[in-house]
Amino acid sequence: MNRFEYTRAGTVQEAVQALAADPAARFIAGGTNLVDLMKYNVERPGRLVDITRLPLDEIVQHAGGLRLGALVPNATVAYDPLVNERYPLLASALLAGASPQLRNAATTGGNLLQRTRCYYFYDEGTPCNKREPGSGCPAMTGVNRIHAILGASDTCIATHPSDMCVALAALDAVVQVEGPDGRRSIPFAEFHRLPGDEPQRDTTLQRGEIVLSVDLPDEDFSTHYTYLKLRDRLSYAFALVSVAAVLEMDGDTIRTARLALGGVAHKPWRNAEAEGRLQGKPATPETFREAADVILAEARPYAHNAFKVELARRAIVRGLSQAAAGTPQSQTDKRIA
Amino acid sequence: MAKPMLSESGSSAPPETIPVTLTVNGQERQLRVAPWTTLLDLLREELDLTGTKKGCDHGQCGACTVIVDGKRINSCLALAVQKDGAHVTTIEGLSTGSLHPVQAAFVEHDAFQCGYCTPGQIMSAVALIEEGRARSRDEIREHMSGNICRCGAYSNIVDAVEDVLKNKGSSFREAAE
Ligand SMILES: Cc1cc2nc3c(=O)[nH]c(=O)nc-3n(C[C@H](O)[C@H](O)[C@H](O)COP(=O)(O)OP(=O)(O)OC[C@H]3O[C@@H](n4cnc5c(N)ncnc54)[C@H](O)[C@@H]3O)c2cc1C
Ligand code: SF4
Ligand code: FES
Ligand code: FES
Repeated sequence: MNRFEYTRAGTVQEAVQALAADPAARFIAGGTNLVDLMKYNVERPGRLVDITRLPLDEIVQHAGGLRLGALVPNATVAYDPLVNERYPLLASALLAGASPQLRNAATTGGNLLQRTRCYYFYDEGTPCNKREPGSGCPAMTGVNRIHAILGASDTCIATHPSDMCVALAALDAVVQVEGPDGRRSIPFAEFHRLPGDEPQRDTTLQRGEIVLSVDLPDEDFSTHYTYLKLRDRLSYAFALVSVAAVLEMDGDTIRTARLALGGVAHKPWRNAEAEGRLQGKPATPETFREAADVILAEARPYAHNAFKVELARRAIVRGLSQAAAGTPQSQTDKRIA
Repeated sequence: MAKPMLSESGSSAPPETIPVTLTVNGQERQLRVAPWTTLLDLLREELDLTGTKKGCDHGQCGACTVIVDGKRINSCLALAVQKDGAHVTTIEGLSTGSLHPVQAAFVEHDAFQCGYCTPGQIMSAVALIEEGRARSRDEIREHMSGNICRCGAYSNIVDAVEDVLKNKGSSFREAAE
């Protein structure tokens, strides 16, 4: 790990100022991603600004819904009674991720900003456009089994590894941030970005902005939902493909559908056309397959990840079936119903 | 002279050690740590508490599991300076004279082979029981999934944890006697 200075922020303003004052400074929350990357020399901050003492560690109800403070640990969100009552999709996605130890340390804000698990990004000895813009992307011609099939660019084919974020995308959450120029709200779909020709930028957050909270809308998402995560082992592994689905049903007919995919792109993947086509249709495998076809028509696989296209197709059909039936995937009994 | 580092920003002073107070296994320790010291390295290298193991050093194995302020975490990914004021329990802090019921159950069920993962497994199991969320064997497996055992002692580990969960009342009372 590189040598760095340490500042403990007492207020949000202090934290924002500390970052503005030192171009080499970075925020640190739970540290489960940043410390890991520092051990590999992928991140080399000159100063860490510790934000764990800021008063952003509460879950509160507000007019628009539920507000998750940026410092609330992933485990606390996952077991929160209100979250489980109204947004069980989010609780399920969190419990599908990492391990109990990591979820105790990991925070809501840190989870949003965790970086890709692309092997080349982690390996200082290889080029990587995300780590060192302009150096190249060895994943394109190398081992790309875990990489993106949707929305990639010719500079980067990495995926975003978070489970939580896939659920937040399906729930249309809003991220509240504060920076040197004040506060702003970022709709979840605009928070993460596609790599384009700036793969070093994972999000639309500006330098020096701090995440204050993630706000969940005031709607009932408790009946027809599922988080289905497919991976190489049944726990403690990142998603190859995951599906977060929330439906509103009129009997057997779909009134509205929200569907986000994880493990397939540089950000949680939504497709408005596919969701639109589900509206007013009977909840049948044929309907679900049609939606999957729309989403995967633009899929562009590489040498080792073509299996993800079929895996995603089946996961979408299975996930939508689970949501429609009101039988969400269990995160302890691993059988896929 | 390390004080300015704590709240002052933008200073160009070279990194130095920072005062940190930790209560480790019930004993308060006043320490000075470099900011890049992980809690794991502090425990092992400075406090000679080598029961906590370093497996991967990257959050991937659970060998370094300790309980901080009542919650199990991977000490390899925690910076010691961030834990200023915290209460830390390590494997050395579990037994009070006789073995902790979880330790006793691991012995009884032969829940290890080489033993390298065992302190982490036991700390994780102690926290699992405290959390009270796992009941079935599936749930025990899932809630223990942050602890890898290279020797594959998993089935006996689940047996040991299940035994303590089922007989929690009696064995905890016995241990207290
Ligand atoms: C072995 C392992 C397995 C894992 N498996 C999974 C998995 O299956 N699914 C999954 O979703 N995740 C998984 N994770 C990732 C884990 O969820 C993240 O590491 C964690 O959520 C990061 O949160 P943190 O608070 O520790 O962030 P930190 O490491 O403290 O910070 C991460 C980044 O966020 C920035 N940051 C933090 N808070 C803020 C804020 N409030 N405002 C602005 N910037 C901020 C930091 O500057 C840093 O760049 C795994 C991690 C490990 C080590
Ligand atoms: S896919 Fe992205 S992160 Fe991976 S090597 Fe290529 S540029 Fe780097
Ligand atoms: S040493 Fe910490 S998880 Fe492996
Ligand atoms: S007993 Fe050897 S690693 Fe678990």
